[in-house]
Amino acid sequence: MSPRADTLPAATAVRRFGRAQRGVHRATAVLMGVCVFTAACLYVPQLAQLVGRRALVVTLHQWSGLALPVPVLLGLASRAFRSDLGRLNRFGPHDRTWLRAALRRDKRPSSRPAGKFNAGQKVYAAWIAGATLVMLGTGLMMWFTHLTPLVWRTSATFVHDWLALTVGIVLAGHIGMALADPEARRGMRTGSVDRDWAEREHPLWRP
Amino acid sequence: MNPEQPPQAPDDDGRDTRGTPVGRRVFLGTLALGALGVAAAPTLQRGLESFLAGASDKDPTGLTGLLPNGGGFRYYSVTSSVPKKNADTYRLTVDGLVDRPTTYTLAALKALPQTRMVQDVQCVTGWRVPDTPFEGVRLSRLLDAAGVRSSAGAVRFTCFDGAYSESLTLDQARRADVLVALRMRDEDIGHAHGGPARLYVAPMYFYKSAKWLSGITVTEDVEPGYWEERGYDIDAWVGRSNGRDDEPTS
Repeated sequence: MSPRADTLPAATAVRRFGRAQRGVHRATAVLMGVCVFTAACLYVPQLAQLVGRRALVVTLHQWSGLALPVPVLLGLASRAFRSDLGRLNRFGPHDRTWLRAALRRDKRPSSRPAGKFNAGQKVYAAWIAGATLVMLGTGLMMWFTHLTPLVWRTSATFVHDWLALTVGIVLAGHIGMALADPEARRGMRTGSVDRDWAEREHPLWRP
Repeated sequence: MNPEQPPQAPDDDGRDTRGTPVGRRVFLGTLALGALGVAAAPTLQRGLESFLAGASDKDPTGLTGLLPNGGGFRYYSVTSSVPKKNADTYRLTVDGLVDRPTTYTLAALKALPQTRMVQDVQCVTGWRVPDTPFEGVRLSRLLDAAGVRSSAGAVRFTCFDGAYSESLTLDQARRADVLVALRMRDEDIGHAHGGPARLYVAPMYFYKSAKWLSGITVTEDVEPGYWEERGYDIDAWVGRSNGRDDEPTS
């Protein structure tokens, strides 16, 4: 009877990510996956014994690492992707509230105000982008050994190793949080999320 | 500063896209920290190495061995899998420019006089394991037994993994600190460390110490080995090759 009731099912889905953002995320995830897996095969003795083929694994690691920033660079051609980068960059007063609540382990939605991206996602995005470029820079110094003096190369190895460990842990956190939130995963997979979820997790977002 | 105002709060064209560019600062800050890390690495590394060396002595789980610079050997193999050889199936052949080509069983190698050495092991990728005992037959003894011809100038080593190879000049091969090692850390060498017998070239980077040694061929000239065809130095003296300045091991 009420026209509102008829339109309700359509209104429960909210558009979150377009094709560009999902494509960039997927390609970056695959490349990062190859980087991490090959790194583990080069580094963890048990995996190294299982896989062997050292020259091949090194080649895979180098090229997937080199390609890692490419999806984001290609994504810059998309207006939707650029505007999401803009949202990730800008922190409002609500983000400060969110971060304080996160530090206090306060999980109530009311104390975690967020726009399209919450403050945690913003910090993660900025950090992983910076860390990826540091890994790329130090990786290139180890790859093209004649480009830099020896001291630099030893130092680059040191930074590359320890940052790899840190990236691995942070990445595990990223994947763990995604595993715990099926609706967030659906948003990245299909581009749409449930309106209730959006209002609960991202109350300040006006899609 | 009224916190009770979410209704007009950030939307797509509102505050969500304005605000402080903290993301850019975190991004640039991470880059700066990375650069600072490279600059400060020599100091940081010394401190961490001594701390981790102490920690790994008291670590029953062996997890510290997985940390960067955590100490210990790392397993490198260039093939997908390596066949296992034991005292019954292992053979070491000595051939090429020699008067008496010979094939040794493991028992025959064990019956020869053994030499024990305790030196550091230095890998070209940076890790170093201090004071590692190796024990085995001096390579010079096997060469003398085979009778090296005067035209010979080098020795080529092949391995039963089917891919790896190494080489030394004859002078290098005759050094007293070059062994066909049967024991490492006072145990028989296990499969993962290249057992039952591997080469041990004490003064050189560890890639020269070919694992799973199965063939010694005396040749006229040095033939580059597996990694040497991929850019490593053939004369791999620790501290004087591969652009590195590690403390010499022997």
